Formats: sequence, C-alpha cells, structure tokens
Amino acid sequence: MTNVFKPIGKTVVALAIASSIVGCSSLGVQPWEKDQFAREDMALNSEKLDLSLDDHIYFSKEGTSGGRSLAGGGCGCN
Amino acid sequence: MQLTSKQSIASALAIASCSLIGQANAAEAVPANDDWKVDAAIMYYGEQERVQAVEAIGNVQKAFGDKSLLDMKVVIDSLTGSSASGAVAQGESQTFTRPSGKGEYTVGAGDTPLDDTFHDTRVQLSANWQEVFNQDWTGNVGVYGSKEFDYLSMGLNAGLERSFNKNNTTLALSGAFTHDVVDPVGGRPVAFSEMVYRSDYNSDTEYQAAFDQTRLSGDDTKQTSDIMFGVTQILNRNWLMQANYGLSSVSGYMSDPYKILSEVDSNGITQGYRYESRPDSRLKHSVYVMTKGALDSGVVDFSYRYSTDDWDITSHTLETHYRYYFSPSFYGQLHLRYYQQQAAEFYQPFLTMGDTLPEYASADYRIGDMTAYTIGLKFGQRLSGGHEMTYRLEYYQQNPENNGTELPGQLQNYDLFPSVKAIVAQVSYSF
Repeated sequence: MTNVFKPIGKTVVALAIASSIVGCSSLGVQPWEKDQFAREDMALNSEKLDLSLDDHIYFSKEGTSGGRSLAGGGCGCN
Repeated sequence: MQLTSKQSIASALAIASCSLIGQANAAEAVPANDDWKVDAAIMYYGEQERVQAVEAIGNVQKAFGDKSLLDMKVVIDSLTGSSASGAVAQGESQTFTRPSGKGEYTVGAGDTPLDDTFHDTRVQLSANWQEVFNQDWTGNVGVYGSKEFDYLSMGLNAGLERSFNKNNTTLALSGAFTHDVVDPVGGRPVAFSEMVYRSDYNSDTEYQAAFDQTRLSGDDTKQTSDIMFGVTQILNRNWLMQANYGLSSVSGYMSDPYKILSEVDSNGITQGYRYESRPDSRLKHSVYVMTKGALDSGVVDFSYRYSTDDWDITSHTLETHYRYYFSPSFYGQLHLRYYQQQAAEFYQPFLTMGDTLPEYASADYRIGDMTAYTIGLKFGQRLSGGHEMTYRLEYYQQNPENNGTELPGQLQNYDLFPSVKAIVAQVSYSF
C-alpha cells in the first residue's frame, strides 16, 4: 500500500514546489476578476470550527497531525 | 485616440476594481466593521463500545476598525468510556490493575482489552490577534492553554503573511511553541516495568510499595516547536491552491502512561503485562496541498497531505468537501476522507517471552499500520440577519492492520486488530 503511494507522494510534492515557483509570475487574475474569491464560502477558514473539531479528532486517534495548519496546542488526548 | 481611450477605460476599471477588491479583502480578514462574529458548536463523538466525547466550542471575533482582529476561542470537552490498553485478546478472561494502582478491571475471554477508567474533562482557551500592517503585510500572534486532569498545555504562536503579484500570491510563515506538563493518574510508569496485582501481596502496604516501584515520581514535560511555510496562489477566476510545508520537533515525555503490552509465550498465552516506552524526541515533516474552486452552485476542495517522521510513521491523507446550494439559503455538503498510515518502527502488538526487551515498544494501535475513512454529510441553513445554522453527521472507521508480526498459537484465533467505528454529530450556530 505504502509503496504504491510513495511515488504519488513525491510527484505531488514536486508539483507543489514547481507550481509555487512558477506560479508567482504566470498564474493569477486581474483585480477585477476576483469576485469569486470574495465569497464567504471561498475563504480558507470558512468552516474553521468544523476544521478545528476534525483536527482534534484525528490528532487524538491517528499517528500524524497538522499539515493544513500548525499542529497547534497539545492535549493529553493521544 | 482609440488606444488612449481604451487605456484610460482600463485604468479607470483597474482603479475601481482595486478599491472594490480592497474592500473585499478587508471584509475577508475583518468580517464586519467593528462588529462581533460568534460561532458556536456542540459535537458528539461516539465510538462503538469505546470512547464517548462531547465537545462544546465557541469562537468570538471582534474587529477593531479594518486593520485589527481579535479572535478568542473556548473549548470544553468531556470524555468517558473505554480505550484499548494495548494488551491482546486471550482465550481466558484477563484482569488488569487500574492505572491509579487502586482497583482492578476484568476483560472477558476473546475480548479486546479495553481500559474502562477512561474519563476526563478538558478546558481549552486560545486568543489570536491579527494586524494588517499595510496592503502587503499581515501579522498575527496568539496564546493557547489547555487543561485536563492529568495534562496541561500552554503555547504561543506567531505568523507573518506577505501578498504580492496583485494579491494573487500570498506567502506565509508561522511558528508555534508549546510546553506541556504530563502528570498521569498513578504516576508515570517505569518503562517496561511489569504490572503488579494486589492479590500477589499479603498487605496493602506491601502491594503499594511494589506498585510504587513501577512508577516514577513527579510530573514530566514535553516541548513542541512548529514551523510552517505556506504559499496560497490564485490560479484563475474560480480556483486557488495552497501548499504548506511543516516541520515539528517534539522532545520530552511521549509515552502513553496508560498503555501496556502483553508478554506472550510461544503458544500465544499471556504471561504478564509491561508498560510501554516511546522515544523522547520526534521530528515530523508534513506537506499539504489543497485546491479550492468556486462553482456556480457550490464550492469544492480537494487536499492531499503527506506526513513522515523519524519514528518511521508515514501517512497519506486524501480529503474533499463538496457543497451544493439547493437554494440561496440552503446547502448540503459531502465530506470524504481517506487516511493510510505506516506503523512506527517500535510498534509491536505484543512482547515475546524470552526475547531481549527492545529499547522502545508500544502496542498502541494508533501508531500501528492503519487505514481509516470518513464519510460525512452537512446541511446549512442561512437565516435572516446573517445567522446560519448547520447540522453535521459523519461516520469514521479505523481499520488497524497487522504490521507483519507473526502471531503465535492461540493469538491466531482472535481479531487482534479490530476496527473502530465512530459517529460524529454536530450542530453549529453562527451570528
């Protein structure tokens, strides 16, 4: 299972880094084309309570955590 | 003449849009001028025959002008129920001394040993201040505290964001430091010490002396330093993407004081129990990529997270949320998540009699080989005055797997890696 995922993981990482480097200069829209990003449901933290509750569940029940945001404060739950 | 006219129209449009976008950005960062925004939720998390938790959460945001934002959060959660101790199922009933050393509990023949002493209440408070310095720079600082009966956590965090490329690109750097104090019920077990029983001693005093031999005095600490670098990029009119790299360094007490390992003979019969032991340092890396799109009648996101550390725990997480608006004030949302984890190098489901004790070992299935998935539905109703009510119901299942350990004798007769099935139900209200 893991071996199948490994190359995918590396590809995604490589793509992420490549797109961040290239992205800055060639991607994007003009200021007047940003109407969709002003939508409340398009904000990165539009469901922050759900996300924080989910983070807490998975932090307590799984061996890895964080990624989307800082792993954050600890608790004795795991 | 025509060219000039076009240019001036374009300039006028750009200026007009900039001012509009400026307001939109400000509105994103600061929800409403000098207004309060409150989000509250109550969540139930229930595992079949195991942990039950109720968590209440409240978040209050207060904007000060259009530059400053204060965010305060309070969380109270209460846990009861049983948790897997790490011991393996047996053909006969098994008796365990409670972690406090006071009393015992018995697990039936063939059953996965669950410690039913598990209950706690936790209170968590956090506050964050965000300041928009100028059009390009935003900063934030925060404090965090969490207290439960046997655990205290205190933390500080700070971050800096820089926007450029017409606000199409945002670079973010953030860091956090957390200091935890662990003070387990009954004290911290001595690594690999054997569980003692009252029935093996003539008096309470003799038993207590033997129990104390298995414990270390005082509390212990754990320090976590996190750093994260992130890029958010607008791709086109509807899509954006985010990529984060996180590094987390943890040092201090990381064993689970309530977890044990069975010590079995060549027939798979348990001869005793030993308290687990984990390394006192851990270095974790994570890479997270996410893309989010605005659809005509909804919004969708996809994310992937890769995580690895020097305990050899590697994980892959795929997740998506898809929201569909049935009407402008009512939506439904689907949540899917798949998680796959590779065991820590020191994970082992049991110890074998006669083998030399390893430096570290844990039978905690949460750091073993595992896959897990979540399927969830959420419905949201927008009410008058900008209020919103949401309902969420999710199913979460963990499927622990054998990490390749050969099972001797009678252990082959039992499910040593049982699935854990949980329901999450939540109601939220925002105004």
